[in-house]
Amino acid sequence: MNWVRRFSRTERTLHWVNAAGFFLLLATGLILYLPRLSILVGRRPVVKDIHFWGGVGWISALALVALLGDRRGLLRTARDLERLEPSRLNVGQKINALLTAAFAVLFLASGLLLFFGERDTRFRWASTVVLHDGLLYASLALLTGHLYLALIHPATRHSLRGMTTGKVSEEWAQRHYPRWFRP
Amino acid sequence: MDGSQPKRYGRGLFLATVAGGLSSLAWGKPVWSRVSSALSPAEGLIPFVPKSGWRIYTVSGSLPSFDPATWRLQVSGLVEQELVLSHRELLALPRVTQVSDFHCVTGWTVKNVRWTGVRITDIFAKARPTPEANALQFISAEKPYLDYLTMEQALFHDVMLAYEMDGKPLAREHGAPVRLVIPEMYGYKNVKWLNQINLVPEAQPGYWESLGYDRDAWVGRSNGYHS
Repeated sequence: MNWVRRFSRTERTLHWVNAAGFFLLLATGLILYLPRLSILVGRRPVVKDIHFWGGVGWISALALVALLGDRRGLLRTARDLERLEPSRLNVGQKINALLTAAFAVLFLASGLLLFFGERDTRFRWASTVVLHDGLLYASLALLTGHLYLALIHPATRHSLRGMTTGKVSEEWAQRHYPRWFRP
Repeated sequence: MDGSQPKRYGRGLFLATVAGGLSSLAWGKPVWSRVSSALSPAEGLIPFVPKSGWRIYTVSGSLPSFDPATWRLQVSGLVEQELVLSHRELLALPRVTQVSDFHCVTGWTVKNVRWTGVRITDIFAKARPTPEANALQFISAEKPYLDYLTMEQALFHDVMLAYEMDGKPLAREHGAPVRLVIPEMYGYKNVKWLNQINLVPEAQPGYWESLGYDRDAWVGRSNGYHS
């Protein structure tokens, strides 16, 4: 089988750093949010600290990967995301990437407001917690679709290889991304 | 590229999502409370949404546990008669029920909570505060949580020491066996796991107040909120 390079090392690192950060924040966030888990786990002050500093670490790590990695390649990818038409990525993948990025910005903004609002009333607004919780539901919906297509759906799950090893089979690339790959 | 105009909507989608999200800081809460009251009949069917909107906030490593045999509520300080009430003695005091809303300072609200418990006046009838007592210190079994009310606030008509919530004994996470309820003020004044009330000359900063929260936590007009 012949292989073709699909995602650069920088893109893959960015993806997995983002995924690791998301799951850490999801786990700690659910412990803070769902009464049953709050009761089961306890230690709220510690969980809160892990959640907050995990969020700061998540955004910092993403920024660091982008800065130290292949910046020109990332810019090319960003320009590609700008066109909502099939290319190396299909339209659904582009929308997923754009919404994921927008949600990250909103998670960060509302999370910082929650953190500083606890310390200074000028930053305390009643709707911040609604936004932060709403983002949780929206990103879970997005993630469910993403995981289904990347892990379960037979026609598409080969794409996971592109995100782990960086390469996919030429035959698959040609079938799914004819505008990107022609042998 | 097929020669037609490229569809440059990516940035628009990203920016519109960010802008829409940020704008919800202005309209999120009123809209969400309308949605959640519309959904409330079906809320038992929806998994993973905190039931009735409660969240469980604690400040220490674990929730205090309650043993009816050994639990006591102590009423001391500036009183003529110090009290040490067992759980049974607490339940034997005159019993009242009220329905009131519960507001958390972080933005969430639980409407129409049905509380049952005792009024402070019925505690006072037994303990008889001295004339120097101008405030009450409420101490939680969750260390180091405590808070204060002035005498005037403690005697509001709907302030109570609640031992039932929505027709059931107060659950552990809500402060079993008894918590303070003062609907006019944000949740952090409604001390959970109450096990001691001290009558004192004046109110001091409580747990959250020493971290910068308002001592008089009026709902809608304290802690940076204006209604």
